[in-house]
Amino acid sequence: MQLPILSILIFLPLLACVPLLFLDQKQDKVLKGYTLVVSLAEFLLSLPLWFKFNEANPGMQFVERYDWLPTYGISYFVGVDGFSLLLIMLTTFLTPICVLATWEDVKFRVKEFMICLLFMMTGMIGVFASLDLFLFYVFWELQLIPMYLLIGVWGNPARRVYAAIKFFLYTMFGSLLMLVAILVLYFHHGQATGTYTFDLLKLYGLKLPFQMQFWMFLAFGLAFAIKVPMFPFHTWLPDAHTEAPTVGSVILAAVLLKMGTYGFLRFNMPLFPEAAHYFVPLFSVLAIIGIVYGALVSMVQKDLKRLIAFSSVSHLGFVMLGLFSYTVQGIQGGIIQMINHGLSTGALFLIVGCIYERRHTRMIADFGGLSTPMPIYATIFMIVTLSSIGLPGLNGFVGEFLILLGTFQVNKLYAAIGATGVIFAACYMLWMFQRVMFGEVVHEENRLLKDLSWREIGYFIPLLLFIVWIGVYPSTFLNKTKATTAQFVAMMEKAKGSQLTLSHFFKGEAR
Amino acid sequence: MTITIPEFQLASIGPWLTLTAAAIFILLLDVFTKDRKGIYPVLTLLALAVAAWQTYGLWGRVGTDFSRMVYLDNFAFFFYVIIILGAALTVLLSPRYLEEFGKNLGEYYSLVLFAAVGMLLMAASAHLIMLFLGLEIMSIAVYVLAGLFREDPRSNEAALKYLVLGAFSSGFLLFGMALLYGAAGGTLYLNELATKLSTFAALTKPLTLLGLALLLVGFGFKVASVPFHMWTPDVYEGAPTNVTAFMAVGVKAAAFAAFARVMFVAFPAFAAHWHMVVWVLAVATMTLGNVVAIAQTNIKRMLAYSSIAHAGYLLVALVAMNRLGAVSLLYYLLAYTLMNIGAFGVVILVGRKKDSYLNIYDYAGLGFQYPGLAAAMAIFMFALAGVPPTAGFVGKFYIFSAAVQAGYIWLAIIGVLNSLVSVFYYLRITVIMYMRPAEAELGPIPFTYGLTTAVALTAVATLAIGIFPGFFYDLAVTSVKIFPGLTG
Repeated sequence: MQLPILSILIFLPLLACVPLLFLDQKQDKVLKGYTLVVSLAEFLLSLPLWFKFNEANPGMQFVERYDWLPTYGISYFVGVDGFSLLLIMLTTFLTPICVLATWEDVKFRVKEFMICLLFMMTGMIGVFASLDLFLFYVFWELQLIPMYLLIGVWGNPARRVYAAIKFFLYTMFGSLLMLVAILVLYFHHGQATGTYTFDLLKLYGLKLPFQMQFWMFLAFGLAFAIKVPMFPFHTWLPDAHTEAPTVGSVILAAVLLKMGTYGFLRFNMPLFPEAAHYFVPLFSVLAIIGIVYGALVSMVQKDLKRLIAFSSVSHLGFVMLGLFSYTVQGIQGGIIQMINHGLSTGALFLIVGCIYERRHTRMIADFGGLSTPMPIYATIFMIVTLSSIGLPGLNGFVGEFLILLGTFQVNKLYAAIGATGVIFAACYMLWMFQRVMFGEVVHEENRLLKDLSWREIGYFIPLLLFIVWIGVYPSTFLNKTKATTAQFVAMMEKAKGSQLTLSHFFKGEAR
Repeated sequence: MTITIPEFQLASIGPWLTLTAAAIFILLLDVFTKDRKGIYPVLTLLALAVAAWQTYGLWGRVGTDFSRMVYLDNFAFFFYVIIILGAALTVLLSPRYLEEFGKNLGEYYSLVLFAAVGMLLMAASAHLIMLFLGLEIMSIAVYVLAGLFREDPRSNEAALKYLVLGAFSSGFLLFGMALLYGAAGGTLYLNELATKLSTFAALTKPLTLLGLALLLVGFGFKVASVPFHMWTPDVYEGAPTNVTAFMAVGVKAAAFAAFARVMFVAFPAFAAHWHMVVWVLAVATMTLGNVVAIAQTNIKRMLAYSSIAHAGYLLVALVAMNRLGAVSLLYYLLAYTLMNIGAFGVVILVGRKKDSYLNIYDYAGLGFQYPGLAAAMAIFMFALAGVPPTAGFVGKFYIFSAAVQAGYIWLAIIGVLNSLVSVFYYLRITVIMYMRPAEAELGPIPFTYGLTTAVALTAVATLAIGIFPGFFYDLAVTSVKIFPGLTG
């Protein structure tokens, strides 16, 4: 029998919470060390997933299925394919880094913080691995609670409660409508085929009438669009990012937002392919608005975290644009860009966290000339900034290039406007970098800032390694997604056959 | 004229007899002994355990007894379980709390038992008069319980309000029954009502419609549905907290048992016509309950409005009028019993010193001073809000499934949006517990075995049946097989 590796990955963090309950609250370092060991173990356990993954197989691998509520067609059904593999690896890779980043940062209620972190991990891996809609929904909601607590308990005292509630209600709003849509899908499948099931792979086979696809796409899409977040549903993000503790922002940006884009790829498009073609213009335009608007708003931010938050809106606009091109390049680029954004935005939040720990401010105006007292910091910051801009040779370039390549084949105008986002990114990132790092040291207190410690350098190095690796040799990662993407694109191509127009829709309405 | 006593088996009503006997025994014990207060709760729990065991023995039987007055079927027995569980948990909450008010009396325990007997009767009645008897046995006991703290004006107000309005609603119910008696040509057996009033012409007679409407008013009052909910916040706030818990759970369960039984057995054919009425009631109840709950700062009042909202969700299950709806009704009431009594248990624990800490802001700082207690409260709040992986989520999932299956997609959407509204005020409790510093030192919370057991048990059970809902789901499925009128 094969080792149930996915279940171990999902439930190990949850089980690891139990001993944590009995550790002494005052022993900060023990608690953090323990969590670090757990998260490292989790990362090591996820490595076989990466190495044993069969690149030629487009379907689900490492599949596990157990009955959960058989009379209702609900099962515990997990597996990975090329889409989810990279995201699971990203999650297990980032969590130890996050634990290291809490070392000096979190001093208050450490035990509870670590429990939240481990809970998050279960939720995140669960979301990416679930192949049963019910199971997916449970994990999807489950990870809301620890994130809500992370923002609300350990966030900035001034507005953390507001941000936490806003985060929870926004996400819940979308997911509740998705729940109704899941139920409609479930009963439709049951009535059409006689088997009532939440099994995603079986539901893929369902041919839905177009009118139904239309509404279902919107219901699922709203949940995911809020999570991504796409313009105009992005307003919760700057608040959540700004108020969350450093690690909360890192996880939120690096992994949680990917749940939205992943949701489109895993659920919306394959379940409702005709509607997915129909909605290309709408979602592409929203993505482009997100790219440009996010970039423009980033430019005028005074708070570093808010700036990065809006840059996320812009970057995720790229991802969405790539996914909605339905070309191999666009989708592969979208997936790589999800990982890139996880690495570089995660790193940016950590970078901001470093100076926030030292100065307890995140206002750009409070800094200036930091490269003099902090040369190592300046170097790392520079590399990450360039990666975020999309400098060739670093990871951001690969993703954005592929996305634009994919989009260009479908619609030249979209690609052209989208490309301006790259230029804007250079503007706001470099300008920010200049104001923070270069010039004279204006504020006296900045003169004595300590450079990065070995611990901090330690957690930046793996991030930088992958930033360069993806930039120089992306094939390592692209190969993993190739087969699944090819199959996906072929499937979308087939659905394109039926010309869809508005009249088609109204005909559906009449029926 | 000879009177023949029809055949009957006492075993069919075993649980009722046990509870009645125990209630009378406790009353007598109270008269003839002194300073035996400690054993009343033990005796009550023992009686409830015996009743539960008898229910287990009855499980699976199908039929009627006592001249077709009593149904013996799993639908009734499932409600027996819910009611007995609710009563037992209430008893666990009580001794210390009553002690504080100097009201740890034998009467209290026998009244709880009498009320439970009434509820069992309602769940099993096959005849509208039986139903009425059950309702009155239950209601009169609960009126007295609500006024248990007779020195406390709020408790008095609660009892009086509940009595006057309750008597009113009983009148409506009885009058409705009388009209139906006329309309059906002289029968009040539920199954005969179904055959006599099965045709469209018979159903749409003004007499039938009026009778049904009055019945709806009576049930609407007991389940606290809008617009018959006015009494709920005042009574829930004024009554002793343990009694509030019992009312929120037991009375609601029993009323829904009877309501559902009448609709499923006697008027399945009417479903097509009355669904709009109940649809409107459900939407109004959910929405009003949730929206008004946001404005509450007294935790008991908040839970009162939340219980109104939950009545709305349960009405959704009735609107669906399919098998899944009946299943979800059973499952949800079980889940609701656990999470709601748990929440009231925490309210009692935090209330202390004669309920002096009932404001929601009194929970500030609880999260880190009493992590276990706060975690339990957080579980109850998330469960009531319907967040997975709790029983509350699974319950809502079933209810909205039933609505979608029956084609009421808009109702399901309104329902989930209502859940969203409810998230706000349930979440606020966790916000206050975890994210606000305590304004003053919280002071010691006196944990007792009973209260700790009840809270811990309900918290664990809320999670357990949320993660593994299979057992009770299958049980509920077998319980609703007896309604041929239900489809799906």
